[in-house]
Amino acid sequence: MSPAEFVSPLATQETDVLIIGAGPVGLFAVFELGLLGLKARLIDTLDRPGGQCAELYPEKPIYDIPGLPSVSGQELTDRLMQQAAPFEPDFRFSQRVEHLSKRPDGRFQIVTDAGEVHVAPVVFIAAGAGSFTPRKPKIDGLAPYEGKSLFYAVRSRADFEGRDLVITGGGDSALDWTLDLLPDVNSLTLVHRRDKFRAAPHSVAAMEQVVADGRMNFVLGELDSLTGENGELTAVTIRNKDETTAIPADRLLTFFGLNIELGPIAEWSLDLEDGKQIRVDTEKFQTSTPGIFAIGDINWYPGKLKLILSGFHEGALAAQEAFRIARPDEKLRFQYTTSSSELQKRLKVA
Amino acid sequence: MAHFHVTSRAGEAQTLEGVDGWRLMELLRDHKMGIEGICGGQADCASCHIHVDPAWAGRLPEPREEEEDKLDELPSVTETSRLSCQIIWGEELDGLTLTVAPD
Ligand SMILES: Cc1cc2nc3c(=O)[nH]c(=O)nc-3n(C[C@H](O)[C@H](O)[C@H](O)COP(=O)(O)OP(=O)(O)OC[C@H]3O[C@@H](n4cnc5c(N)ncnc54)[C@H](O)[C@@H]3O)c2cc1C
Ligand code: FES
Repeated sequence: MSPAEFVSPLATQETDVLIIGAGPVGLFAVFELGLLGLKARLIDTLDRPGGQCAELYPEKPIYDIPGLPSVSGQELTDRLMQQAAPFEPDFRFSQRVEHLSKRPDGRFQIVTDAGEVHVAPVVFIAAGAGSFTPRKPKIDGLAPYEGKSLFYAVRSRADFEGRDLVITGGGDSALDWTLDLLPDVNSLTLVHRRDKFRAAPHSVAAMEQVVADGRMNFVLGELDSLTGENGELTAVTIRNKDETTAIPADRLLTFFGLNIELGPIAEWSLDLEDGKQIRVDTEKFQTSTPGIFAIGDINWYPGKLKLILSGFHEGALAAQEAFRIARPDEKLRFQYTTSSSELQKRLKVA
Repeated sequence: MAHFHVTSRAGEAQTLEGVDGWRLMELLRDHKMGIEGICGGQADCASCHIHVDPAWAGRLPEPREEEEDKLDELPSVTETSRLSCQIIWGEELDGLTLTVAPD
C-alpha cells in the first residue's frame, strides 16, 4: 500500500484546516481562520516561519504592505506570528508534505516525509514557489551516495567521526561546519570555487589559520565527479579550470544554499497552470478539488499578481468557505474586529 | 534592433529581441526560458543563473560583490557564470550569446 492510500487508524492528528506552507500568506490565513473559530496546523520544510521573506530577504525592507510604509522580511514575519498567536496555531517544521489525498470519510489526509499523518476537512495550500530544498551538485550518479556518504546537511555528527571528509561551499554553513567537525574527523578538505568567502570574517580567519597549521586542506575548484561503490565514497574529484585532482574521501558534505522546487504538489491531481501554479477560482480560491484551497504565490487565476497583499486577501476569502465546510451546521456571520465581542474574545483582547 | 542568442536547458538555440533597460532575467522569463527570477532581480535567489559565451564574458560589466556572493551558493558555476538579473539590456549587447544554466 502506498503512503497515499494509507488511512491512519488513529487519526489522532486532527484539526480544522491544514495549511501547507508557513510563509506570510499561510501565517495570515491562521488569523483569518481563527477569527471564524477555526483551528489551523501549518507544515513547512523550513525550520521556522516566514517563507521567502525570512529565507531570502529577512533584512530587506518591503514598501507595499498596507499600513506598514517599510517593514523588513523578518519583521513582517514576526508581526504576523504575533497577530496569529491568540489562535495558537500548531507548527510542524522541517517536514515536507509528500502526499495529499481524500479519505473515504470525505476528509483530507496528508503524509509528511517525517511519516506524520494529519487529517482535516479542509486544506489550504500556501506553498509559495514550492519548498526550499538543498541545492545539489550538478553531477551524475549522486543518488546511490545520498544519505550514505554524501550529505547536504549535518543531521548527526556521528556520520563524520573518524572520516576523510570533503566539504564544498563558501558560505557560513560550509565554514561553520568545517571548523565544527574538524576535531572529529580523520582528515578534512574544504573545496570552494574561489579563495574569497562570504562567511563571517572571524570564521574565515579561523579556517585560514587551521589550514596554515596543516590541520586541514583548502582546494580551489569545483566538484567534478565521485568515485565509489554501493553508495560508499572512496574519492572526490575536483576540477580547477582544466586540471583535475582526486581527493581520497569517504564522506562529502555540500553546501550550495537552498533551491525552490514545486516538489510533490504536481502529483496531487490538481489543475495546474503552466505546470507550476494551481488554478483557483477568484471567489473562494478553491482548487479543482472542493475542500482544497490554494492561496499566495502558488495559485493562479486571470490577473494574478504574486504580491503578499494579494495573498492576504485570498486567505480571507478562502477562510469563509473553509468555515462552511468545517462547520456545516453553523451559520457564518459577518463581523468586524472593532465591534464584535465574540471576535474580541477569540483575539483574547476582551 | 539588438538581439541575443540563447541556448535552453534542453539544448535548443533561439534568437530573442532585447528591450532597452530591461534585465536579461526579465527577457528570459518573458520568453519562458525556464528562468524564474523569484526575487525580482535583487541577486537574492540565484534562480536566474546563466553561462555567458566565453567570447562575451569579458565584454560585460564586472559582477558586483553581491552577485559573486550569490554565485557562491550555486553548483555548476563556471568562469563565465552570471546572474542574468544583474545584466541590464542595451544596444551594446547586440549578439550576446548565452546558455541557461542547469537548475
Ligand atoms: C527578494 C524578494 C523581494 C520581494 N519583495 C516583495 C515586495 O516588496 N512586496 C511583495 O508583496 N512581495 C515581494 N516578494 C514576493 C513575496 O515574498 C511573496 O509573494 C510571498 O513570500 C509569498 O508568500 P507565500 O506565503 O505565498 O509563499 P512563500 O513565502 O514562498 O512560502 C511558502 C512556504 O511553503 C513551504 N512549502 C512549499 N511546499 C511545501 C511542502 N510540500 N511541504 C511543506 N512546506 C512546503 C515553503 O518551504 C515556504 O516556506 C519578494 C520576494 C523576494 C524573493
Ligand atoms: S532574479 Fe533572483 S538572483 Fe536574479
